[in-house]
Amino acid sequence: MSAPKTLYDKIWDAHVAHEAEDGTCLLYIDRHLVHEVTSPQAFEGLRMAGRTVRAPDKTIAVPDHNVPTTTDRVEGIDNEESRIQVDALDVNAKEFGIHYYPVSDVRQGIVHIVGPEQGWTLPGMTVVCGDSHTATHGAFGSLAHGIGTSEVEHVLATQTLIQKKSKNMKVEITGSLLPGVTAKDITMNVIGKTGTAGGTGYVIEYCGQAIKALSMEGRMTVCNMAIEGGARAGLIAPDQKTFDYCNGRPNAPKGSDWDLALESWKGLYTDENANFDQIITIKAEDIAPSVTWGTSPEDVLPIDAVVPAPEDFKGGKIDAVKRALAYMGLTPGQKLSDVEIDTVFIGSCTNGRIEDLRAAAEVLKGQKIKNGMRAMVVPGSGLVRAQAEEEGLAQIFMDAGFEWRMAGCSMCLAMNPDQLAPEERCAATSNRNFEGRQGRGGRTHLLSPAMAAAASITGKLTDIRTFNGGA
Amino acid sequence: MEKFTNVSGVAAPMPLVNIDTDMIIPKQFLKTIKRSGLGVNLFDEMRYNLDGSEISDFVLNKPAYRNAEIIVAGENFGCGSSREHAPWALKDFGISVVISESYADIFYSNCFKNGILPIMLSKEAIDVLMEDASKGENARISVDLESQTVSATDGTEYRFEVDAFKKHCLMNGLDDIGLTFQKIDAVDAYEKAQIKTKPWL
Repeated sequence: MSAPKTLYDKIWDAHVAHEAEDGTCLLYIDRHLVHEVTSPQAFEGLRMAGRTVRAPDKTIAVPDHNVPTTTDRVEGIDNEESRIQVDALDVNAKEFGIHYYPVSDVRQGIVHIVGPEQGWTLPGMTVVCGDSHTATHGAFGSLAHGIGTSEVEHVLATQTLIQKKSKNMKVEITGSLLPGVTAKDITMNVIGKTGTAGGTGYVIEYCGQAIKALSMEGRMTVCNMAIEGGARAGLIAPDQKTFDYCNGRPNAPKGSDWDLALESWKGLYTDENANFDQIITIKAEDIAPSVTWGTSPEDVLPIDAVVPAPEDFKGGKIDAVKRALAYMGLTPGQKLSDVEIDTVFIGSCTNGRIEDLRAAAEVLKGQKIKNGMRAMVVPGSGLVRAQAEEEGLAQIFMDAGFEWRMAGCSMCLAMNPDQLAPEERCAATSNRNFEGRQGRGGRTHLLSPAMAAAASITGKLTDIRTFNGGA
Repeated sequence: MEKFTNVSGVAAPMPLVNIDTDMIIPKQFLKTIKRSGLGVNLFDEMRYNLDGSEISDFVLNKPAYRNAEIIVAGENFGCGSSREHAPWALKDFGISVVISESYADIFYSNCFKNGILPIMLSKEAIDVLMEDASKGENARISVDLESQTVSATDGTEYRFEVDAFKKHCLMNGLDDIGLTFQKIDAVDAYEKAQIKTKPWL
């Protein structure tokens, strides 16, 4: 009998097309997702070398990073550089014959939301994209990670990636989440525990009762931020929820292919006694609704905590915290729930799915955002937007005073016009609170959709557990 | 890709930990469809004021470091976004070696595709090299990829590890895609087998 394998081992082994003596492998790629920012140089490289896309049927492109999210975007993109980049993707998709969802298509959206939604992402696959949040697709039990543009070109040309195997890490979340605690809080707390480099060199498998209990949307939120802990990929073993989510999607297998696929997917789990190089266990009951206070995703604390002091840390982190507190305009000892905010952003590949919008709308029902607050919802895809409109969520957001936007990455990385001004403070459901991430000098606090919604009403970072409507 | 040649030059000290790729090259410069020309915007928001004037106390604006070829950095350098614009910007500025305790995976891999050598050394070695780097033009750090050593100004040599395949590609300026095409029969065979066993893919 062969040695017990982890889920990662199984997917890895099934995709090695060639292995050199030193362990360097050519890993076969089942799905290659492409967006406009990290692909133009790769397509140009192909053109210059006279190469083609090896597997156009496994290559899916959608513009998301640069696209404006205002409804007038159908008339064209004002910013010349953004327009050139989106136009370049239009041209490249057509020239190389790959699947494409242009800005005008209702299915357009953030690449990591479109992939699963359209059934391109399936269990057991290898999925890559020139974007670090490709980790999202690991929620399906597929090995998914971000790559650089040179690697994008390599995958386009050869449908493989030159890789060495990573180490296995298990992150188990035992027990059940308490009320008000979400998938976002799980993933932020894992990063708080490991640090932003703790996952470097690893593929993480998330497991345990609290992970099993999550919806597919929640699992995508958890895996999405694996990269913020340094892990290239996060994985969750597929189960009936995964299969039900995939079944019937436009590009999911049908008929006898479905039966065959299902049979294969049922073997996607970590064998008993399989070896993990590192194991982290967190009790779900110990996770509180959380927010970030600094400029690294590891700077995370429960909402009822206070801003820490540089002396609370060790080594190089002391200076980093001094810098972060100055940048964020916060004082040690200050209660996080006293921090006043100017702007709320709900969206991104972390929290731009229908369940996230439902959670935020639930809090906002019959409420109004604080006077002077700037608040926007940017659905993760055109289809999420349409569904939210059908369910009446859009109306709740608009009645509360939110801007109801078109799909895209938007203010998560602020490549389009949705940006923070210097010192503008934002409660954001996105994934990175780096300096300047949402606009130069902008201050980002990461949190869950429900917490973001509560903050828009009170004007402060707010504990969702004790929040009982507008004051 | 150009062959990597040994470097002996001024190293810029950047002791801050977790320097992310958003810092290395902010998003407004990702709108380019080229690989070149990003050096002027390397560390843009740390390097320039809003009006475009230089922030004089930022390391790369100091006279001693304007032509730095090496950066000695705090741990977890290059974390965050996968943007290859980060190594493109470093290379375009003239940086061909980064020395740190650790790197984020994607950035680390991206460096090798662009003729940049990311060196990992112990905290003790970094402390010495950071001190050297702070002496500006009075201290030159030497990097030899063949022998996998970094020499501090006092002559102490620090040996670093690097994957043999990555080293080979860097030293010979090899194009990954060309190398993979030499093994394309294996990919053809893999695809043929996959169509039979997993037709839904």
